[in-house]
Amino acid sequence: MFPYLPHTDKEIKAMLSDIGVDSIDELFADIPAKIRFKGELNLPKGQSELEVYTRLKRLAENNRQGVSFLGAGNYDHIIPSTVGALMGRTEFYTSYTPYQPEISQGVLQAIFEFQTLMCELTSLQVSNASLYDGHTAASEACALAVNSTRKTDTILYSSTIHPYTKQVLETYFEDLNIKLVELPEKAGVLDTDSVKDQLGDNVAGLLVQSPNIYGNLEDYTGLSDLLHEHKSLLIVSSNPMALGAIKSQGEWGADIAIGDTQPFGLPAYYGGPSVGYIAATEKLLRKMPGRIVGQSVDEDGKRAFVLTMQAREQHIKRERATSNICSNQALAALGNTIYLATVGKEGLKELAEQNMQKAHYLAEKLKKEAGVEMAADQPFFNEFTLALPKKAADIAEAMEADGIFAGVALNQLDASKPENLLTVAVTEKRTVEEMDRYVQSMKGALK
Amino acid sequence: MSTQLKNKLIFERSREGRRGFRVPDIDVPARKPEEMVDKKYLRVHETALPEVSEVDVIRHYTRLSQKNYCVDLGFYPLGSCTMKYNPKINEVTAGLAGFAGLHPLQPQKTTQGILELMYDLTERLCEVTGMSWGTLQPFAGAHGEFTGMKFFKSYFKKQGDTGRTKVLVPDGAHGTNPASAHISGFEVVEVKSNEKGMVSVEDLKQHLDENLAGIMLTNPNTLGLYEEDIAEIAELVHDAGGLLYYDGANLNAIMGKSRPGDMGFDVVHLNLHKTFSTPHGGGGPGSGAVMVNKKLEPFLPAPTVRKKGSEYYLDHDIPDTMGRISGFYGNIAVLVRAYTYILTMGNDGLKRASELAVLNANYLKEKLKGRYFLPYDRVCKHEFVLSAQKMKDAYGVNGTDVAKALLEFGIHAPTVYFPLIVHEAMMFEPTETESRESLDNFIEVMHEIADLAEKDPDKLHEMPTSTPVRRVDQVQAAKHPVLRWQPE
Repeated sequence: MFPYLPHTDKEIKAMLSDIGVDSIDELFADIPAKIRFKGELNLPKGQSELEVYTRLKRLAENNRQGVSFLGAGNYDHIIPSTVGALMGRTEFYTSYTPYQPEISQGVLQAIFEFQTLMCELTSLQVSNASLYDGHTAASEACALAVNSTRKTDTILYSSTIHPYTKQVLETYFEDLNIKLVELPEKAGVLDTDSVKDQLGDNVAGLLVQSPNIYGNLEDYTGLSDLLHEHKSLLIVSSNPMALGAIKSQGEWGADIAIGDTQPFGLPAYYGGPSVGYIAATEKLLRKMPGRIVGQSVDEDGKRAFVLTMQAREQHIKRERATSNICSNQALAALGNTIYLATVGKEGLKELAEQNMQKAHYLAEKLKKEAGVEMAADQPFFNEFTLALPKKAADIAEAMEADGIFAGVALNQLDASKPENLLTVAVTEKRTVEEMDRYVQSMKGALK
Repeated sequence: MSTQLKNKLIFERSREGRRGFRVPDIDVPARKPEEMVDKKYLRVHETALPEVSEVDVIRHYTRLSQKNYCVDLGFYPLGSCTMKYNPKINEVTAGLAGFAGLHPLQPQKTTQGILELMYDLTERLCEVTGMSWGTLQPFAGAHGEFTGMKFFKSYFKKQGDTGRTKVLVPDGAHGTNPASAHISGFEVVEVKSNEKGMVSVEDLKQHLDENLAGIMLTNPNTLGLYEEDIAEIAELVHDAGGLLYYDGANLNAIMGKSRPGDMGFDVVHLNLHKTFSTPHGGGGPGSGAVMVNKKLEPFLPAPTVRKKGSEYYLDHDIPDTMGRISGFYGNIAVLVRAYTYILTMGNDGLKRASELAVLNANYLKEKLKGRYFLPYDRVCKHEFVLSAQKMKDAYGVNGTDVAKALLEFGIHAPTVYFPLIVHEAMMFEPTETESRESLDNFIEVMHEIADLAEKDPDKLHEMPTSTPVRRVDQVQAAKHPVLRWQPE
């Protein structure tokens, strides 16, 4: 008995007779005998809801959580109740891509609002409906830069971007005759003096990240002008939560803004689903990857929303398309939209400020009371990197015994990084009591 | 309520000073941002984020949701999309805090439960497809295709065979196939279909040379037909030194009946959001898990989940890996749902699902072919393609008109104008979760539409009239793009 299969035996018989066959097997007779699967799949038989739930619950309980100071692209923020309540509406989550606008205005308008929110946060003109995650968004952004500049074959990136972003870029571009050139860092931020030497007619763009992998904020004063002189584009990746307080990509003069919106109302969920966002200047619109929703009117002149600019996409352009993106992370982007509507203009500012205040509180307390040093003396948002006197992984393991996830040992993301670097994230959710406990635990671990 | 109030954007509901969320009081010194970092790093312009209350938010998006059709409201025969019912237990298990709260970089000894799930799911997907191991990282079908093409690239690189630059794609293929091959650095060559609607073996033979990297196929194909020459095709491609890629969009037709691995495929992508019942979410998140045979296993993206004794772990040590394709490990919440579904259905249920999906499709096909032109009249698998060309010629009613009329009757439209090899194509995929009454109702509506086409085609051109909006001007949307709301 299978609760999702409505057919009775009697109905099956009647349907087969209407089709003009005697058995279901006859409907599979076109599969050549040689490759027909005989016997049964080596899987257990189906189970009742209770049995299935019990198994899943046991698996869920076989994970452990701690007071989390983990970041590096995925953060433990407050999720307002509105997000789950509305994302859980079946009209949203059991619909397909909104191909039929007449009966998809809900999803279409929500995407239009998402696009508006991303433009507002990044201070850029156009956004798409979402990409997979911040790392793959970087690949799409670099491809957009290559496709939008003439005769270019090189992408520059800062060594301070997330190591996983770097690795995704390498996979993406390895077979495309596009050169990836890493620019060096100085004291935990991009060495901007190194940019000039690498610029030339062949450079499509420069990818940078702020806050960067260490949590440090980078200074891009003059950078976009320098790039534009060489007809290259500036791509800036930012944690969008930071944009509530720090200078936006558009304000730095960037051409393309990317990042990962997991901080906006999405659970950590072992890394996914999150959402990659991408926004750009109007000029780049025709080469943007992915779905885009536009405003139009219906036959009665009423405002209506619809998937648009589809001439860019794979189902029209096929092999000439500049991206293969079709499915995106629509429901998660809806979650972001609901989150931002709920916290609102003042709420986002306040949250961003609290993230900063708490991270600074912990950093200073660690310096003062645990005697640890920052890896570099740079401004930061809600994440900072400590240079410990011992292996970061060992310290983290010791602190885990106190129920604290102390941070990310950077050499675990990138083996070429020193093994004493621990990147610590502090969100608005961490209390002063938890942070004080962190300091005590760190002191113990360092002994 | 006035329509004006009903149809506002969230930004148009904003009132200065209104709040919808209370941030906890700050419990550390409340310093101003400019006291913590230099002003040059700080935001200059205010955002025009909405200022609304929690009640405003709930009502706004609840109303929006009511302007949206979905599987839970009714029949959704969108071809190639497998819009089957999304079981509620999947949502319950995916919502378990023991999964949702996990950070991707926390120690693996604290994530044994989710790793076991990932391991177990990979194993089961291998069994269904007849493959050896796989990756759960790809975020969507197209991402899975990209990953598949990277397997091709990595394999030939390891062989030192740099001349294999050509990937064959049938003319009926999903548009993502050629796009994915192209962005992976391959040259795409189209293979023609024959009079039966299948890959022409004769045409295929023209392309089997030393430049061949392989072929991307879906089976059953996009006409819903099982490629009867698949074993021969596999042999020809392999003999020519190429590889075979299986696009799993249509796997719902053949679970427990025929396995891509047994057909001769080397790499398979699956849409867990189609075959394995995870919801589509209005366009994602999905999951494009990829399974491979032994030959391609060395090139798996890093990391992949493995087991040592009773311990599960993420294996980063894959010497010939294609590299990293996603930031972390994929859309994990989607994996939890797919795993739940596989446990619920079991081997007997998965096979039954495919059988009934095929039964439903053949039933619809037989009941509709008298009124609509069926270009390839033979037993189909989970879907079939009709053409509105004759109706268009006779009455001026095209595929779009039929699709829009269905909306008027409270049913989702089929996939239209795809595959490209059929003029005025309408592709129907009922799935196994539709009851006979649901199908009979649909048949009745389709007959009524055919009657209207003959008697009163103008009425069809005007449909839909009772949907939240009527036909939308797509030309204006593309010509004069308005892609965001602007503050006054």
